[in-house]
Amino acid sequence: MPDTTATLSDRRPATAGSLRRRVWAVQIGFGLLAVVTCVVAPLIGPTSISLSRVFDGTIPFAENVDAQIFFIARLPRAIAGALVGASLAAAGVVLQALLRNPLATPFTLGVSAGASLGAMLVITLGVPLTVLGSAAVPLASFAGALGALAIVYFLATMRRQGLSTLVLLLAGVTLNSLFSAIILFVQYLADPAQTLQSVRWVMGNLDVGSYRPILWGLAPIGLSFVAFARLPRALNLLTMGADSAATRGIDVLRTQRLAFLSASLATGAAVAVGGPIGFIGIIVPHLVRLLVGADHRLVLPASIGLGAAFLVICDVAARTLLSPMELPVGVITAMLGGPFFLWLLVRNR
Amino acid sequence: MLAAEDVSFGYDARPVLNGVSVSVPAGGLVGVLGPNGSGKTTLLKLLAGLLPPSRGRITLDGADIASVDRRTMARRVAVVPQETELAFDYSVLDIVLMGRYPHLRTFELEGPNDLDIARRTLAATGTTHLEQRTFRTLSGGEKQRVVIASALAQFETDVANPSDPHGPPDRDPSHTRVLLLDEPTSSLDLSFQLATAALVQTLNRTHATTVVVCTHDLNFAAGLCHDLVVLRDGRVIAAGPTETVLTPDTIGAVYDVEADVRRHPITGHLTVVPLARL
Repeated sequence: MPDTTATLSDRRPATAGSLRRRVWAVQIGFGLLAVVTCVVAPLIGPTSISLSRVFDGTIPFAENVDAQIFFIARLPRAIAGALVGASLAAAGVVLQALLRNPLATPFTLGVSAGASLGAMLVITLGVPLTVLGSAAVPLASFAGALGALAIVYFLATMRRQGLSTLVLLLAGVTLNSLFSAIILFVQYLADPAQTLQSVRWVMGNLDVGSYRPILWGLAPIGLSFVAFARLPRALNLLTMGADSAATRGIDVLRTQRLAFLSASLATGAAVAVGGPIGFIGIIVPHLVRLLVGADHRLVLPASIGLGAAFLVICDVAARTLLSPMELPVGVITAMLGGPFFLWLLVRNR
Repeated sequence: MLAAEDVSFGYDARPVLNGVSVSVPAGGLVGVLGPNGSGKTTLLKLLAGLLPPSRGRITLDGADIASVDRRTMARRVAVVPQETELAFDYSVLDIVLMGRYPHLRTFELEGPNDLDIARRTLAATGTTHLEQRTFRTLSGGEKQRVVIASALAQFETDVANPSDPHGPPDRDPSHTRVLLLDEPTSSLDLSFQLATAALVQTLNRTHATTVVVCTHDLNFAAGLCHDLVVLRDGRVIAAGPTETVLTPDTIGAVYDVEADVRRHPITGHLTVVPLARL
């Protein structure tokens, strides 16, 4: 079987200077891709607007309809998409390296199931909605994500010294099905309108309405990204195995802890903002590896940029394909991601 | 010198090593022998600092390794595991450059010096031609050599460069550099077994690397090692120069096997032929 990664990796740098150049090229290239996508995406929609009018400084903002549509109606949604996409893709990269499993996703460790349970309880019980206003659902889902994170972390560390990635994986998978069962049970008891609402939430929705949810999400996601920045080289070594990494001077436990907590935090925040949008966290990292090789110093920044751009584009497709009807963005990513995932699965045999 | 001083260790209260003392002199080439489950690999992990002894201590040039920080430790002691499986596809050069980790700061990228060192360790292990290959496509023997190259790249002094003024440890006996090999021949064919023995010997002699090698292969150990440590049930049964340790009596006591041990007329090494179970 022809190995595409082999042929691409054969073009890897032969000199140290070119590694530095590649790191810069990847950061700037994929960063620009994300920024350009975020600027172009709001131009697309039922009302067409022009970029030059949006940024025309001679027209006061109050009279500039194009700028209002751009900045008030559509840009928050694009930024939310970029933030969620970047977080899920980066979390996917980090968890795949941590678990040494190319099929891991940000949702493997139960964080998203916890988030879904939290969101669904608020939707179904209804009461807190009136107490906290529109922020109740994202808050509850973030709390659910943190709860799941705490349970999985506790289980993975309680048995022995260190962090067992096997227990991490098993606990995550078990928690996923447990929470899903509770969700189904509550939905079964809930009235149809609430069930519909919670099902809609699970499909993912980036229509955040304003900049406020983005600002809320920014704190935990920013914190995770600061942690991510420290991880790439240690993640490279972890793929050789924990012992090999340790004998090369890595503090394995600290790296695993940092990787798990930061990836889970980013996932929890992303899910709270946009719902559990699937497949970004697995397609993007693998696409990126095909493009830049396996070095996490390239894979992580590239995944952040491509994840942002990919989700923003999927969201444009979701709101324009059957316009004026809007498709759930999770459906678009899954319809693209499902077949891709299967292809990967077959290819890895 | 790398030494285990009266070391004990157990997994979940099941004792694996019991009062083991081993000393590996700088420049030494020591083989650790013993049947399955005798504690060879565990001893290796303790010597590498991967496991903390429950009693006793491991010292490197006199200092307890528990107090040596892990990056310093990695520049002095490198491990070649029995097998290396990668979760993702890296090139051979990437793998060797990973050995430079303990020399780089968090955000530092490998520089020209690191690349030179990596290339020299590739040359020293005879794997220069594999540099751009992906690790997963290599054969077992090739993988092992690449992992050895990566281990050599860890050392603080450039072992693969004999002209390095800071290089040879005989000029600096207080800085032992130790290569720990776990079952290096277990998955190799005859030809690669010989090649591995030759490589280890060269590293030990020319590049002045101290070597500890765990193995099942008595004849491999007999031809290669200056000294042997023989374990059974987590205790040292015999230790000392290969010539004195490798006797029918020791083999009988450790493996419950009757063996003929004699000097081979061509190699000049002791050669073990197992005859029957005792």
